[in-house]
Amino acid sequence: MKFISPRELRELGVLGMNSRNVNYIARRNPRRLFPLVDDKLKTKRLAQEHGMNVPELYGVIEIQHEIQDLEQLLEGRERFVIKPAQGSGGKGILVVSERNGHEFTKSSGAVLNLRDVKRHTSNILSGLYSLGGRPDVAMIEDMIVFDPILSHYSYEGVPDIRVIVYRGFPVMAMIRCATHASDGKANLHQGAIGVGLDIETGHSVCAVQNNAKVTRHPDTGYGFEDLKLPHWEQLLLLACGCYEMTGLGYFGADIVLDKHRGPMILELNARPGLAIQIANQSGLAKRLKAIDRLKSIILPVEERVSLAQQLFGRQPSMF
Amino acid sequence: MSSRIQIFVVAGILIAIGLGLTLYKRFELGFPLLPGERQDVWTLESKVTVKPTGGPIDISMALPEPRAGWVLLDENFASSGFGFSIAEGADGSRQARWTRQTLDRPATLYYKLQTYRSDEFGLGASPVPDIKLPELTDDRRAAMNRVVANLRERSSGPISFTALLLEQLVDEKMDQDTAFLFAGHESGHLGVIMDVLAYAGIPAQRVKGVFLEEGRRRQQISTLVEVFDDGRWHLFNPLNAQMGLPDNFFVWERGERFILDVIGGNSSQLEFALVKNTLPVKTLLSMEQEVGGKLMLDFSIYSLPVEQQGMFKGLLLIPVGALVVVLLRVLVGIRTSGTFMPILIALGFIQTTLLAGLIIFLMVVGAGLWIRSYLSHLNLLLVARITAVVIMVILLMAALSIVSYKLGFNQALTVTYLPTIILSWTIERMSILWEEDGPHEVLIQGGGSLLAAILAYLLMTVELIEHLTFNFPELMISLLGVVLLLGKYTGYRLSELYRFRYLRKDWQ
Repeated sequence: MKFISPRELRELGVLGMNSRNVNYIARRNPRRLFPLVDDKLKTKRLAQEHGMNVPELYGVIEIQHEIQDLEQLLEGRERFVIKPAQGSGGKGILVVSERNGHEFTKSSGAVLNLRDVKRHTSNILSGLYSLGGRPDVAMIEDMIVFDPILSHYSYEGVPDIRVIVYRGFPVMAMIRCATHASDGKANLHQGAIGVGLDIETGHSVCAVQNNAKVTRHPDTGYGFEDLKLPHWEQLLLLACGCYEMTGLGYFGADIVLDKHRGPMILELNARPGLAIQIANQSGLAKRLKAIDRLKSIILPVEERVSLAQQLFGRQPSMF
Repeated sequence: MSSRIQIFVVAGILIAIGLGLTLYKRFELGFPLLPGERQDVWTLESKVTVKPTGGPIDISMALPEPRAGWVLLDENFASSGFGFSIAEGADGSRQARWTRQTLDRPATLYYKLQTYRSDEFGLGASPVPDIKLPELTDDRRAAMNRVVANLRERSSGPISFTALLLEQLVDEKMDQDTAFLFAGHESGHLGVIMDVLAYAGIPAQRVKGVFLEEGRRRQQISTLVEVFDDGRWHLFNPLNAQMGLPDNFFVWERGERFILDVIGGNSSQLEFALVKNTLPVKTLLSMEQEVGGKLMLDFSIYSLPVEQQGMFKGLLLIPVGALVVVLLRVLVGIRTSGTFMPILIALGFIQTTLLAGLIIFLMVVGAGLWIRSYLSHLNLLLVARITAVVIMVILLMAALSIVSYKLGFNQALTVTYLPTIILSWTIERMSILWEEDGPHEVLIQGGGSLLAAILAYLLMTVELIEHLTFNFPELMISLLGVVLLLGKYTGYRLSELYRFRYLRKDWQ
C-alpha cells in the first residue's frame, strides 16, 4: 500500500492538519485579526500605511451606483485588474492587459467593451465570486507585469510565491506555477505546480504536481532545476514585515515579482495549507519547533531573516 | 495551568462522573447494562381538555382495566386545582372523577399509564346485553328490513353476517338500501352498524380503546364492534372488517358506557400521546413490584412527560452521531459537506430505513442539483435562491411520494422524515462546490457525508447503543469528556498518511 507510517512522518517533522489548527493557528492567530487578511482591501490599506510594496490601488467600487464612475476611474489606465476583495481561489479576477479606447483586451486575448467590464464589476458587488455569496466590493488595481525570468515557468497565469512566516521568521517557501491543467490558476489542488525554494538562496529544491515529483513544466518545457528567484532577500524581508503589520503569528504571505517594482504583497492567508511541505520534501513542524526553541524572538526583520536563512538554508536539491 | 493540562483534568472529571453515575445505577438501582430480553412498554398519556360553561364542573373518566393480557404498570394523574377521587364500581370498574366549583378558562387534565402485553389472549367473557331495537322512521325501517334480509340470505350466521356488513362498508360497494341507511346518519357509521346488528337480533357491543402507534401525539379513541355468537364474543374492526383483536389495540372500555362524562363543560376532548420504550424484562419485573413507589425511575428519563420522552429518545442519539463525525473528521480526515449534516441525514435514515433513505436522498439531491444548475444562470440573490431550492425539494419529495405510492412502494412515503432544509442546503453547497471546484470535489465531500451518515446510522441503530443512551443518559457526560480530548488531538489524520506518502524515504 502507498501509505507512510506516522512514525516516519514524525521523524520528517511533517505538520498535520490537526496540529496546525490547534498548535499554530489557534494559539498564534487571535481571531480578531482574521478580518485583516480575509478582506484583501483591508490588507492592502494596512500594507500601504506600513509602506509595504503592493500593487497600486486605482480605486474601489463599493456600491452598484458607483459603477457609472468606472469609466472615469479607468481614464488613462492601459493595464488594470478588477477583483473581488473577498474572493477565493482566484475567482472573479478580470485582467485587462491592453486597451484601445473602449475596447479592453483580456490577458487571454478576448476583447471586452465597457459594458462587459461594468457587468463584471456589478457581479462582484452582488457576491457572485465571494464565499457563500456575500456582498463584496470590487478593487481596481495595477496589473502585475511579472518578471520575465518567471515567464518560463508559468502558463497563462501569474506565478506567486508563498512564504510561511512563523513569529516573524520565514520558515518555508515555494513558488506556485499555473499550468494548462490548472486553468491558469496557481492552486496546487487544481493541478498547479509547487516548487519548493531554499530559504537561504531562493533556489528551487523540488517540484511537485498533484503530490508527485516533476522536473520540468509540462506546458513550457523548462526544467525547474535552474529556477532561482531574483530579489530573494528583499522578498523575504517583505513577507516577514507583515508580522509586525498584522500581528499574526502564523500566516502565509503571497508575493508576486513585478518586472519594474520588484516583490509585492498580493495577499495574506491566516490558514495556509500544508502542501508546501510536499513541494519542499521537508516537514514544517521541525522548523516551527526550531523557532520555538529560540530564546529571544523579537529581533529586527533583517536579523530574523538572516537567522532563518542560517537555520533552514542549504537544503539538498532533490533534482 | 496550561490549557492542555486543564483539558485533561476537566475531561477526566467528566468521564469519571459519567461512568460513576452509570455504575451507581447499575449496582444500586439495578438497571441492566445489557438490553437482554425485551418487552415493548407503552406509555399512554391521555389529555382531557374541557371548556367550562360556568358553574360547578364534574368530569368523570372510565379507567382501563387489565384485559387481554395487557398489564398496567403505573398510573399518574395531574390536575391542579381540581378535587380528585377514584370511585370503584361493584364490578371492579374504576372511574376517575375531577370536580371543581368554578372554572373560568379551559382546563387540561392528564392521566398517564404505562402498560405492556405480557400474554396474548382474547377479551374473555362479558355479560350479554339485551337487544334494544332502535326507533326508526318508516322509510328507514323498510330499508333496514331489506338490508337485514339481504345479509341474512347471504350469510351463514351472526359472524359472517357482521363480516359481510363491514366488508360492504369498507369496500364502499353498498347497494341502494345500505347506502340510504348509512347516508347522513348523525351518529356515524358505527351507530348504524349497531342498529343493523340489533335489527338482525345479534347481541353486540362496542369495544373502545387506543391503537398504539409509536410517537403519535394526538391519537383518538377508536371503537371496535363485538358480536356474541355461539356462547362467545367475536371482535371486528369496522375500519378494515378484520376479525379478532388487533395486536396493537389497547382496550380501554368494553360496553356502551361513555369513557368521558363532563358536567358543566363543553367541547371536551380526549387525546392520547404515545411512546414506546423497549425495556428489559428484568427492569419490568422490578417496576411491577414497585408500582406506586417510583424511586427507581426518579433518576431516569422515564420520569419526564411522555411527549418529552419521545423527543429525548431521538435527541439522546445525536451525541453518538456527532462522535462519529468528530472521529471521522479528526482521526480519519474525511471531508463532509456541512459539519453536522451527516447526523441529520442519519436521523432521517432511522425513520426511512437505510436503503430507502439512501435512494431517496440520492434522487432528491441529484434532481435538485440538476435544477439548481439552471438557477445559477439566473444570478439570483442568495436567500431567494435557497428558498427556491427549498420549494423545489418539497415539490420533488411530494412528486416522489405520489409516484412511488402509485407504483406500490410505500417506503417512499417516509421521505418527509428527511430534513427538508438540510437537503436544500446540501444541494446549494454541492452546487457551489461543483461550480467552484468541479465534480470531483462534489464526489469527495458528498461521498464523505454519506459515509459519515451511514456509519452514524449503523451505530445509532445498534440495540445496545439505544439502550445505553436512553437508560444511561449520564454516559453523555463521559462522551463530552472524550470529545474534549479529541479536540486536543494533534496527531496525524489517516488521510495524511496517504497525502504525504511521497515523502517516504524508500520512494526517493
